[in-house]
Amino acid sequence: MNWTNWTGWISTFFTDPARRSGPDSIANRVGEHLTLCGEALFWSALLAIPLGLLIGYTGRGAVAVTALTGVARALPTLGLVTLAVLLAGVGDTAVLVPLIALAAPPLLVATVEGIRGTDPDLRDAARGIGLTHRQVLCQVCLPAALPTLIAGLRTATVQVIATATVAAYVGLGGLGRYVIDGLATRNFPSTVGGALLVVLLAVAAQLFFSLLLRYGLPPGLRAQRAASRRSGGTRR
Amino acid sequence: MDGEPLVRWYWIGDHLAYLRDLALDHAVIALVPVLIGLLIAVPLGLTCARFPRLYQPLSAVFNVVYALPSLAVFVVLIPYTGLATRATVMVPLTCYAVAVLLPTTVDGLRAVPESVRQAATAMGYGPWHRLTAVELPASVPYLVSGLRVAAVSSISLAAVGALVGRGGLGYLFIDGFQRSFPTPIVAGIVLVAALALVTDLLLVLARRLLAPWAVREKGAAR
Amino acid sequence: MSSRVIRSVTAAAVLLGAAACSSSGSGGDPLAGPSASGGSGKTVVVGSANFPENVLLASIYSQALKAKGVKVQEKFNIGSREVLYGQLESGSLTVLPEYNGALLGYLDAKNTASGTAAVNAALQAKLPASLEILDSAAAEDKDSLTVSQDSATKFNLKSIGDLSAKAADFTIGGMPEFKSRREQQFKDAYGLTFKEWKPTGDATADALKGGTVQVGDVFTTDPKILLLKLVTLTDPKNVFSSQNVTPLANKAGLDATATGALNAVSAKLDTAGLTALMKRVSVDKEDPSAVAADWLKTNGLG
Repeated sequence: MNWTNWTGWISTFFTDPARRSGPDSIANRVGEHLTLCGEALFWSALLAIPLGLLIGYTGRGAVAVTALTGVARALPTLGLVTLAVLLAGVGDTAVLVPLIALAAPPLLVATVEGIRGTDPDLRDAARGIGLTHRQVLCQVCLPAALPTLIAGLRTATVQVIATATVAAYVGLGGLGRYVIDGLATRNFPSTVGGALLVVLLAVAAQLFFSLLLRYGLPPGLRAQRAASRRSGGTRR
Repeated sequence: MDGEPLVRWYWIGDHLAYLRDLALDHAVIALVPVLIGLLIAVPLGLTCARFPRLYQPLSAVFNVVYALPSLAVFVVLIPYTGLATRATVMVPLTCYAVAVLLPTTVDGLRAVPESVRQAATAMGYGPWHRLTAVELPASVPYLVSGLRVAAVSSISLAAVGALVGRGGLGYLFIDGFQRSFPTPIVAGIVLVAALALVTDLLLVLARRLLAPWAVREKGAAR
Repeated sequence: MSSRVIRSVTAAAVLLGAAACSSSGSGGDPLAGPSASGGSGKTVVVGSANFPENVLLASIYSQALKAKGVKVQEKFNIGSREVLYGQLESGSLTVLPEYNGALLGYLDAKNTASGTAAVNAALQAKLPASLEILDSAAAEDKDSLTVSQDSATKFNLKSIGDLSAKAADFTIGGMPEFKSRREQQFKDAYGLTFKEWKPTGDATADALKGGTVQVGDVFTTDPKILLLKLVTLTDPKNVFSSQNVTPLANKAGLDATATGALNAVSAKLDTAGLTALMKRVSVDKEDPSAVAADWLKTNGLG
């Protein structure tokens, strides 16, 4: 397969009039994909972040978190999606549950680690000046955990964007339609174009969170991150 | 669902041998790529540690690779590796494994304390010798935690291969879905999770044997 | 993280693009599969499309071949007609169960041939030299007009033509596209004008049983025909084109023994039999391979 084929397929895909308007348009499919991913991430965050704050702050249940995330990570998305459709019928819920199972564990781990990584002296000092536990958690630990949390959110987002393609197998929309329909109708441009769009979305999400980490944090945290980077902090 | 029970237990009893064969196939499809990935990631990581300028572009490439939807990669590979063949599924899984293992290898090598490095240099170790004889063994705990993530996600992803005709236990998902028959799906989910957990447990044991000094898990948390 | 990441991600995208562009290989259709190896090996590769009835039929073919001592490899449930056809042309697959009308529609969308013999003749003309169809079975999986046992007895309905007296009182159900496709055809071929068309979709058989529609479009091998005691009306004017189960094969891969084994299957397989087998697969959740083995044994082919 030579390079003209690849570029040819990609241009075939992007110049097809069906890509400009209607249900099979890029705008519509990207919209469906983002809606699905956004909903999954929203519910994951709602579930994982408060739980992670609690576990990270009290230090209780950390073992349970490790076990739970281990099991959740091992659950096959395709299996969960097909089972959910049989039980609940074709609909967004059927895909949301598996995607939440995918996104919540890394978020939970990141939150717990972020909170536990807070300098104990800092916490003691905050308690010493008379802050309540709630205030320490919200005003001291949470901001300090923000970089780890955002990095966790970045991981979860990339995974959800890549995995939401599977939704198309059970008849739902999103960019997976291009991939699955392309396979079924032997329309190679559609498959390649769909995959390319998924990668672009994932890369865009990575960039977004990287920019957020760089410019969106309070100045004090930026300095802290710069310091940790110089000392060779771990990736992710 | 017209009164179809979630699990028809007799079906599982009747299909033990079938389930075992699928699980074995699944283990090969999912775990051989992780081993190959390790064989690729370690030399690559050592090279990156020796020539740090290589690391940024390489890790970025594998970051993008990791974002590729597995299904699309399987489909794109069909013309090269054939429909319903193991290779179609195993080649992408190998790439995903490298994507996970390369950063953990490099992190592990970098986490070796400066004092240890200097001691090795003082003992007359050259850069390569020091990397392979001192820093690599010291990074085993990192490598194992990377392997745990890679193995578990590989086992989960291999199931998607069923959509291109070769997914081990993943076949249970499409078979059950097409026949509105939840039993094989439930059996498949449980077996995939069990396979992942057993593999994870074995890796934890392996770390105890290989790196008994590492009491607490370190390294990539993802 | 930060600018390094941003720079690196951009670099990665460029590198990946370059890698994609530089990969080389044969041109043409990438889904056509690796190059042909047909004829050289004695192993017959039986494939099937990704739906249960096709898996069942492929299982019957595979076991019938094995019973005659042919070496068989099974690649079941691997995709749609579009994908499988390419694999068959390239020789990666040797044989698969097809439906003659649907296959003709795929190869020549404008062809209006109807009736088994006409469809097969048109197919033989359209197929490339490397492919052939073997004997068609009587078994068909196609759209049909179906009524409940009660109405069939009460109004003495056997063929679609028998509906002429009652059509004006009958509501008809089917897939949403059923009306636009068929309304005119029923008028032209049988002189039928129905009272109302309802898009009953996948629930058409249940709607017949429940009485919301009196006539419905149900696939002829749908196990619900057995479960809900429905009666399929014959279609002497061929409004619905033939969909006989027919082996489609790569010529180079089959010898006389293999061809004989597959034709023997077609000789015995009829619609009622296939529907009964489908009930065991999709209602009783028996394994297609076990159901196939039973059928072959009963018909003296196993």
